[in-house]
Amino acid sequence: MEVNVEARRILAVSISKLYASRTQRGGLRLHRSLLLSMVMRSARDIYHSSRETEGQTSEEPMETSSKEGCDSEITEDKENMSPTKQSRKRRGKASAAPDFLPSKRARLEPGEERYAAPMGSWRFDPPPTHIAHQGADLHQRSRDRGITGTMVQALRSI
Amino acid sequence: MAGAGGGTSDVQWCFSQVKGAIDDDVAEADIISTVEFNHSGELLATGDKGGRVVIFQQEPESKNQPQCRGEYNVYSTFQSHEPEFDYLKSLEIEEKINKIRWLPQKNAAQFLLSTNDKTIKLWKISERDKRPEGYNLKEEDGRYRDLNTVTTLRVPVFRPMDLMVEASPRRVFANAHTYHVNSISVNSDCETYLSADDLRINLWNLEITDRSFNIVDIKPTNMEELTEVITAVEFHPNQCNTFVYSSSKGTIRLCDMRASALCDKHAKQFEEPEDPNNRSFFSEIISSISDVKFSHSGRYMMTRDYLSVKIWDLNMESRPVETYQVHEYLRSKLCSLYENDCIFDKFECCWNGNDSVVMTGSYNNFFRMFDRGYRQDVTLEASRENSKPRSVLKPRKVSTGGKRKKDEISVDSLDFNKKILHTAWHPLDNIIAVATTNNLYIFQEKLN
Repeated sequence: MEVNVEARRILAVSISKLYASRTQRGGLRLHRSLLLSMVMRSARDIYHSSRETEGQTSEEPMETSSKEGCDSEITEDKENMSPTKQSRKRRGKASAAPDFLPSKRARLEPGEERYAAPMGSWRFDPPPTHIAHQGADLHQRSRDRGITGTMVQALRSI
Repeated sequence: MAGAGGGTSDVQWCFSQVKGAIDDDVAEADIISTVEFNHSGELLATGDKGGRVVIFQQEPESKNQPQCRGEYNVYSTFQSHEPEFDYLKSLEIEEKINKIRWLPQKNAAQFLLSTNDKTIKLWKISERDKRPEGYNLKEEDGRYRDLNTVTTLRVPVFRPMDLMVEASPRRVFANAHTYHVNSISVNSDCETYLSADDLRINLWNLEITDRSFNIVDIKPTNMEELTEVITAVEFHPNQCNTFVYSSSKGTIRLCDMRASALCDKHAKQFEEPEDPNNRSFFSEIISSISDVKFSHSGRYMMTRDYLSVKIWDLNMESRPVETYQVHEYLRSKLCSLYENDCIFDKFECCWNGNDSVVMTGSYNNFFRMFDRGYRQDVTLEASRENSKPRSVLKPRKVSTGGKRKKDEISVDSLDFNKKILHTAWHPLDNIIAVATTNNLYIFQEKLN
């Protein structure tokens, strides 16, 4: 559990660092981005495996307490536990979006409606202010897509 | 006591000089980013984040103070690089000087290479202490005389003038690096040099600026498969065909340019297996090599990663022959150091003149020396409090256990904003230059 919390914290810190490095003077640093993505990958793997362990331990009381007539439910729960099908079934606590991720719903700060962009497209279509502030542009980003691509995959799989 | 090096057991270091502003408010442009002695040790160059190069020259030893080697005073200051903007990529190019390397002196002038993230420049530093006077056709201020007033013929003569040191850019090596240049190294042939960015190493001729040879390229076809980057490169001090480059994975590859034009295939790979007991989230970061330096003899090379300095014998690839822990007490603090970004700090290292002692920096303005022969190490501090002229530096100690002895400093009291990333050792004498954030400290061996 502690490892899970630690992994989540490191993931959150890493994402914010990666995000902040995009507006750094001199552009994205490949070395730094690579190291950040490696830490994120380790943290994501630990987080995944610890959540799977948690999911297995929480399944046991259900099985022992309601054996009759629960076969279909258990089958459904097993389906829920499968990582590939998790998102399709009804959302249990285990599959809720982690709270350290930015909300997908765009929240507009007052006076900034013109510059807001939907969360899902931030990695490819930054708001105009990013370009004005020497952020990495599409050209740079497509070349470094390996790093951000890895990060995006990490976010998707959580 | 040995000549140039000496063991740490018998060398006492004392404060000599400090350069830079005294106030605690540090201007970002004044942050020192590189320090380098020239081949004779007479000149000491520093580069800073503002793109400036400051060169200090050692004064000749005075007969009045034979116990003291000459002081270093400002010799030349010039703006090497300016901030630029890459319009195609919409990126600012920092003017920060990443590295300075001196060329061996061939005539009266001195030459050095300085580089920022994208462009390398060759600078000529020359002295002028005479000027021609008595031109036939020109006034003293340079204006041409009315020809009707010229009635005699006279030949100009050189007359002494106040010494003037001029720095002029002789070559600009640009547009050869897509990624950020992290190191340069001059070949022993004095004709070529290497420049390395995250993924590529280029070989240049010092005379030719419009082309370079790409000799190492580790960029994968698919950038998603990228697993390591190049962090430093250095030519062998004697063999003009050999160079090494270090990586973010903790490996060092030695390449021989005689083998093929493209040196993607290494001749030797130096790597130490990771200790599984030390595995953590941050293992990859702390194993990344931040600096690699050949010994003067060329037999050994030294690498610096986040927590240690390793000495490698070029004849043995499987493991280093010596490992020195710089600040092992930080291993349990890696998470905090990751959060405050300190874990990404790139420490450099250097050899003394006879390769018997190595030096590197740490936090709290501490720097460490490791004597290879006597197997001793010492921690010293560069601080204004210890800057009385010729005051001997007292060894410092960081307490790692529960009980802190008197004069020891606990790990939690260390100031991680005060870091020594750049150090240099005079090639012949026991004189060292240590850069704190914006000050340059010069320490000398105490002579009796």
